[in-house]
Amino acid sequence: MNETIRELLGKVGGLPGPVAELADDADLYAVGLSSFASVQLMLGLEEAFDIEFPDNLLNRKSFASIAAIEQTLTHILKSKEAA
Amino acid sequence: MDMQVSFLDRLFDAGLLIDTGVDGLYGRSGQFESVIAAFERLIDTYGGADGAEAMRFPPGMNRAIFEKSGYMKSFPQLAGTVHSFCGGELDHMNLLKCMEVGDDWTKGQEATEIVLTPAACYPLYPTVAKRGNLPAEGALFDLQSYCFRHEPSQDPARQQLFRMREYVCMGTEQHVTDFRQLWMDRGVKMMKSVGLEVVIDVANDPFFGRAGKMMVNNQRDQNLKFELLIPITSTANPTACMSFNYHQDSFGTKWGLNLADGKVAHTACVGFGLERIALALFHTHGLDVKAWPESVRATLWG
Repeated sequence: MNETIRELLGKVGGLPGPVAELADDADLYAVGLSSFASVQLMLGLEEAFDIEFPDNLLNRKSFASIAAIEQTLTHILKSKEAA
Repeated sequence: MDMQVSFLDRLFDAGLLIDTGVDGLYGRSGQFESVIAAFERLIDTYGGADGAEAMRFPPGMNRAIFEKSGYMKSFPQLAGTVHSFCGGELDHMNLLKCMEVGDDWTKGQEATEIVLTPAACYPLYPTVAKRGNLPAEGALFDLQSYCFRHEPSQDPARQQLFRMREYVCMGTEQHVTDFRQLWMDRGVKMMKSVGLEVVIDVANDPFFGRAGKMMVNNQRDQNLKFELLIPITSTANPTACMSFNYHQDSFGTKWGLNLADGKVAHTACVGFGLERIALALFHTHGLDVKAWPESVRATLWG
């Protein structure tokens, strides 16, 4: 999962530096993730993991770091399994 | 809905707005315009001494600038583009034939270099960026333009072509957020002085689609947009008559607006929906301006 997130981040994140050098808990907004890029990242993640982000998770916090994204995805995947 | 239609009908009946046959596209009477002119003078009495540089752009803007602005990413549903006939004589004959038989004659129209201005400040940013770095004290601009948004409605407060008066501030984060706060305070005071009841609330722009939902949440979480609301067609859902927007450094980065020391400028803008304010006045004080409270008349016309 971490790898897929990093791959997508590299593709649509528009970050100035290489994604490989980012720590899992690095603040993605501080390193240059724009609102629009975070939206593209969200759409990319939905496709890659075959999920749909519920409205309440469509916010900055969910995409604040690679670790936050992993946590959000795990949560969504778990609710999907439960359903 | 009935309430809305009836307020619109009353405005038509009183001759204040003039029906054109298209929802959200209206003529204005002299009386309506005199209210807008008076309110703009009131804006000047509050903001005039701030030394803003005034600029007036027509309601159409450079398509290339519009494209770069990213408007189509966020609000494709609201945009209006200007298309024209660019064909030869044979195309012209076909066009006339199409019109005669009632076919779609517009499909051969080609995009021009002009799109309709969606907000008064859109042409400003690249204009200022061309001048080079901002002065050390930042910069302040005074704008007004008719704006277009494709959202046909019978709510007279939701027009497709309407005027927006704006002040735009460029500088450091502190400078532009102070500017925004100053106008939130002034806005409340101004509206009270003309007898309008207002609330200020956190708000969001009508971003398109599911991706837009995320933009909405981000905008609200960060308190980037506030609106000053006044009841016009509904007390439960009062209408935004002013908005107070902090763009962070997004326009500064996009357009290359830099401070005197070379850092990216932050920007904020304050917008007045002039038709909405006039409608709020007519709704609150009645359609006959002569019968408005003396204090309101004195504030507007001296």
